[in-house]
Amino acid sequence: MADPILAFEDLTLGYDRHPAVHHLGGRIAPGTLLAIVGPNGGGKSTLLKGIAGRLAPLAGRIVNTFPHMAYMPQVGDLSRDFPVTVFDLALTGLCGRRGMFGRISRSERERAIEAIGLVGLSGFEQRSIRTLSGGQLQRLLFARLMLQDAPLILLDEPFTAIDQRTIDDLLEIVARWHGEGRTILAVLHDLELVRRNFPETLLLARDPLGWGPTPAVLTQDRLETARQMAEAFDRSAAECHRAA
Amino acid sequence: MLYDLLLAPFVEFPFMRRALVGGLAISLAAAPIGVFLMLRRMSLIGDAMAHAILPGAALGFLIGGLSLGMMTLGGLVAGFGVAIASGFVSRTTLVKEDMALAAFYLVSLALGVTLISASRSNLDLLALLFGSILALDDPTLVLIVSVASATLIALALGYRGVVMECLDPGFAAGVTRFGWVFHFGFLTFVVLNLVAGFHALGTLLVVGIMMLPAGSARLWTDDVSTMIAIAIPMAMAANLVGLLGSYHLGMASGPAIILVAGLIYGASLALGPHGIVRRYFPRRHLEA
Repeated sequence: MADPILAFEDLTLGYDRHPAVHHLGGRIAPGTLLAIVGPNGGGKSTLLKGIAGRLAPLAGRIVNTFPHMAYMPQVGDLSRDFPVTVFDLALTGLCGRRGMFGRISRSERERAIEAIGLVGLSGFEQRSIRTLSGGQLQRLLFARLMLQDAPLILLDEPFTAIDQRTIDDLLEIVARWHGEGRTILAVLHDLELVRRNFPETLLLARDPLGWGPTPAVLTQDRLETARQMAEAFDRSAAECHRAA
Repeated sequence: MLYDLLLAPFVEFPFMRRALVGGLAISLAAAPIGVFLMLRRMSLIGDAMAHAILPGAALGFLIGGLSLGMMTLGGLVAGFGVAIASGFVSRTTLVKEDMALAAFYLVSLALGVTLISASRSNLDLLALLFGSILALDDPTLVLIVSVASATLIALALGYRGVVMECLDPGFAAGVTRFGWVFHFGFLTFVVLNLVAGFHALGTLLVVGIMMLPAGSARLWTDDVSTMIAIAIPMAMAANLVGLLGSYHLGMASGPAIILVAGLIYGASLALGPHGIVRRYFPRRHLEA
């Protein structure tokens, strides 16, 4: 295995002492295209939050050798009624590399136009984001991700509430990123979509139930185990003393 | 006739000229600050901050008398103290920024009123609340103009960061570790403008010249820089017309300025493309 871009060392993440991700270990090689699946409350989003540095581990650690990443949360902080155009919002993807003061060059503006075209929003450049549909906004967020040009991309349920044609378009973009050697982690619920498009899968139901080639992970047995995970906090749960 | 109406007051009375210069300078900086406060849904924060500043300024007065330095210093310390403390609380606990700020400014206000009444001084609370724009001296004018200049330069340099922090704070936090610099930097200039402005318009009315032009401008455009470009002349016009109106009609100047800003807001509310008339008498919809 090549040097991992990302490694989890006996990682536990959670809220108010209750684990959402429990004792996860593993390494992710550069260029991996990984689907993260599992029941609601299984810790999928929590894991991405942890990788993005939005949540400190309760125990263990995350080793991230490449802190430049692009993260699309399930529920973002984007203020949808903020008066900003499609073009300007796409341009904010450049802030990671250009910073808050750097000049945006002509070629970067052209790249932004190109990215907007690739997600099928040509002609929308000067529209206010307030006028976009949910699916169109999601396409725009993908354009912003493209401009972030990050080696590590985290997608939290990127295809929720998106029509089939758009999903296909966006999957093509994901495949293109994969072809460019980027590492992509995507939280998903559509198992068929995962089987068709993601070579590797992590099945997470608080405890990791499987991690490897998708067909080997998404078996009836394991999915049944995942389905039986108790979602609610156990108020009387004892302290965990599992050895590392 | 026109001369008597528009120019004579400023030609004949130096205090009117000073009031105009001070008011125009405040408008230049406070209006864009107000636009960003509005876009961050912090329109009422200015008011809360103003209350937090009041006891600081009063304390400055009790220590140093009617001295520009002590009152400014007191206002700044109280304003920054509350801004930093509430920023810290909202970023480290479950309490959100509005509650954090509410708690600190209320305590600050109560503390200030306690101090003032305990000292039995002859502090003119009304002047502190509603200002004395017709009594601006040179040092005060210099303070106002310096703060306005610094604000404009800082906003020009930090524009992208401040917009990013308003538009998508989560994303801004992901691409830069210095998002908080823009957040606190912005709050710093909110406090600075309130403190500089209270000498002229008082701690409460200065919020009016900050927020009313911003709200008016929002009704005319969907673009942030255009909004700023509209809000500034609106604030300036309110100052000019308010001063002239108060001169000719014998009204108090500070409130007159804010009332004119209120009239502009009312007109925008009615007539702006995002306003009431267009809402009830829309143009025909398009083909696609």
